[in-house]
Amino acid sequence: MQLTNRAKQVSSKEMTLAERIYLPAIVTGLGITIKHFFKKKVTIQYPEQKRYLGPVFRGQHVLKRDEQGRERCTACGLCAVACPAEAISMVAEEREKGEEKLYREEKYAAVYEINMLRCIFCGLCEEACPKQAIYLRHDIFVPVFTERDNVIYGKDKLVENMNDRYLRTAWTKEEALHQDINDLTPQPRIQL
Amino acid sequence: METTAPPQLFKVTFDGIEIEVPPGTTIMQAGRMLGEKYAPPAMCYYEPLKGTGGKCRACLVKVAAGSAKDPRPMPKLVPSCITTVQDGMVIENTTNESVLEARKGIVEFLLINHPLDCPVCDQAGECHLQDFAFEHGRVETRYEEERRTFDKVNLGDKIQLHMTRCILCYRCVFTADQITNNRVHGVLNRGDHAEISTYIEKAIDNDFSGNMIDVCPVGALTDKTYRFKNRVWFTKPVDAHCDCEKCSGNVTLWYRGDEVIRVTARKNEWGETKEFICNTCRFDRKKTSDWTIEGPTKIARHSVIMANKYRADLKKPTFGDKLAAAEYKQIDDSRPFITDEKTIKESSIENNAKANQRLLGV
Repeated sequence: MQLTNRAKQVSSKEMTLAERIYLPAIVTGLGITIKHFFKKKVTIQYPEQKRYLGPVFRGQHVLKRDEQGRERCTACGLCAVACPAEAISMVAEEREKGEEKLYREEKYAAVYEINMLRCIFCGLCEEACPKQAIYLRHDIFVPVFTERDNVIYGKDKLVENMNDRYLRTAWTKEEALHQDINDLTPQPRIQL
Repeated sequence: METTAPPQLFKVTFDGIEIEVPPGTTIMQAGRMLGEKYAPPAMCYYEPLKGTGGKCRACLVKVAAGSAKDPRPMPKLVPSCITTVQDGMVIENTTNESVLEARKGIVEFLLINHPLDCPVCDQAGECHLQDFAFEHGRVETRYEEERRTFDKVNLGDKIQLHMTRCILCYRCVFTADQITNNRVHGVLNRGDHAEISTYIEKAIDNDFSGNMIDVCPVGALTDKTYRFKNRVWFTKPVDAHCDCEKCSGNVTLWYRGDEVIRVTARKNEWGETKEFICNTCRFDRKKTSDWTIEGPTKIARHSVIMANKYRADLKKPTFGDKLAAAEYKQIDDSRPFITDEKTIKESSIENNAKANQRLLGV
């Protein structure tokens, strides 16, 4: 009964002298090994070295600020209602007088939490957001955690750092491909 | 002289459906008799309040034939909430292209001074203007000019008036007129400068003043005890009642977890409150122990409150079921039940041979 045609016939005939002294086989084997020293490596040293994940990778969330450094999120709850994994929760607060430089809208999220154990990185929150506040970064993974209390990300971890702003070069695969073909230096399309 | 007695019932045609209504019925009421699907939208008309209607023009309909005696069409679109029916009237609501086109314009007019900040507003999710604009409006705004803005005003310690969002429907004015004998609440100035105001920011200290919040179709009058506490679609409405000496005590409680975060009057399918509740019920009784729970409030299928998986057991996506039932075909998957070992062995060899033939492409 033959299921594939990859089977090989096995024979038990005696080996020749050249086969018996093994040296040619060892030399051929070493040759293959040495050849690989001069080849380009296919692997990378992962935690130290990281690959480019592509322009549309969905990694860690970021709560954007606008050009003046004010938080964009207004705690409308659309991300939470769009979230299929129910990972997002928030508590809204009214902006006081004098806080106009901190928050863009008259309401803001005093607490904004994402449970990274629940999150499935589908990006529906990004799509639902009417204020362009939440994005999934294309360059950073959510790091591996060892403690369970590290899992819920609050505003301290999510809100964008103004000294190291998150800007995106391409928004679709096609755009990124276009940039690669024309050998353009990637420029942020929209100043987020 | 001969006098012909007026007919007991008027026969009108509403969107091609004939209905008999008593004389004096407005077109809006005739539409509402037919059901939610046919009723014209209403922004300023509020059935329980006398004198409302005729201001916002959201409910414009086409009258294709004025009456049986004079079957000429009415030259312009008419506001259905204040136009009474005539015998033999032919009304076109959703079937007339010009009505739908006119409503697009009405939405734009209503939104001229209304900020498009639904993500901030507390009313979002139960806002009549939001529903109206979603159903009848354009996808994008064409408005580029500055909108008028006002500072927030506190009417007493429990109600906040944010005139920026007001669409001047006058419903709250009629409410104030109904609950008080004096004129305490009205509209100042004219045209673009018109604003709802009490007499020099005087607090309305009536026991029923909180009903202005329910009556307001937009988020101009809001409950300060609920302000920005939560979004409507994260709360779960429950019908409840209590023994109140001032009002009927029939309310809807809005829960977040075990906590009552808001109390409102019960609203019917048109979003109207038939029984006003007192301020004690609305603002002060915020414990479950104060109330007798009747059960979950009935929520329309298309409502955003359903988005929160509220009463998921009541959702009936009938279309899928019907389609599945229509396309269902009985498959003959019966086969003989074999216990004989020899036959099983033979048939398995046969099946293996068939599989090999498929693989090798023989």
